[in-house]
Amino acid sequence: MANLKEIRTRISSVKSTRQITSAMKMVAAAKLRKSQDSIVQMRPYATKLQEILSNLSESLDSKEDNKYAQQRPADKVLLILITSNKGLCGGFNSNILKKTDSLLKDKYKDQFKKGNVSFIAIGKKAVEYLKRTQKNMISSHNELLEESSFNNVAQLADSIMKRFVNKTFDKVEIVYNEFKNAANQNTCSEQFLPIEVKSEEGSKINHDYIFEPSKEYIVNELIPKSLKVQIFKAILDSIASEHGARMTAMHQATDNATELLKDLQLDYNKARQAAITNEILEIVSGAEALKG
Amino acid sequence: MYLEIITPEKKVFEGEVRIIQLPGSLGSFEIMNNHAPIISTLMEGTIKIVDNSNAETFFEISGGVVESTDNKIIVLVEAG
Repeated sequence: MANLKEIRTRISSVKSTRQITSAMKMVAAAKLRKSQDSIVQMRPYATKLQEILSNLSESLDSKEDNKYAQQRPADKVLLILITSNKGLCGGFNSNILKKTDSLLKDKYKDQFKKGNVSFIAIGKKAVEYLKRTQKNMISSHNELLEESSFNNVAQLADSIMKRFVNKTFDKVEIVYNEFKNAANQNTCSEQFLPIEVKSEEGSKINHDYIFEPSKEYIVNELIPKSLKVQIFKAILDSIASEHGARMTAMHQATDNATELLKDLQLDYNKARQAAITNEILEIVSGAEALKG
Repeated sequence: MYLEIITPEKKVFEGEVRIIQLPGSLGSFEIMNNHAPIISTLMEGTIKIVDNSNAETFFEISGGVVESTDNKIIVLVEAG
């Protein structure tokens, strides 16, 4: 039986750990609510933009001419990894890194062998991973996670789009955690450039719109916007997922600590009782000896 | 007519208005009641809203797009 003092110290240390994890859970829950709000805030803009765009491109045949829709053989690939800046969020980051690894082993095997896969990292964990495995990282944007305003994200999107247009890259993909709900994240990779032309059935132009200046001009204006929104959405999703993952992880840690505490308390009570029994035994046998 | 102004970050305006003046790519223009359906891109400039009580509201934008149908106007903007 471990001695009483030892158990007491362990109990108090587990208790304070549990306090920390439950506080972290609370913080994550609050942040999750905030980041969920910003996803909801962005949604009307994204849906409306998509609506106008699909309305328009339906009536245009020149989709392939767009510089962002150019299909080229994918020689040079750019992957954008979105992770978190902080740890303690369960499998959140390692899922992204695993997904990246499997992309490199599978889909972009040939390009990777030739060293034609580059990376942009958003989040410290991605930066650490790329440095550790000595991959070709062209830039990192950790600050976007702290202050994810649309303008900052748009700047990044602009620079990526420029690189695509001047053929530095033939294909750009985003690897991120899609937000499902607080307990579920879906690690996914999404093609960013070239644009995948989605033809939506049943969307009809029921109004005789006036287009100013012209349909083509409007489409060309809107496509970069929708690309920016796509990255922005990925980042917001990832932030919400991070808080969700952290909340779940911390919840589990708190539960585990409670469980551990229960066991320790039991051990402690047993040890204390054993010590008392021992003492009584000693006294009784001492008295017994005096008698005889 | 009903107007919504939306940025990627939030909805900045929502409500009944009388006149809206927009900085279109081909120059400034106004939308009043029963305007024909229109989609237009917007340039950097100021959106002016006149509501039913003739109060004016202004928004600075750096670009965007407007869609108007059946007296329902939706303006997607990037705030300036």
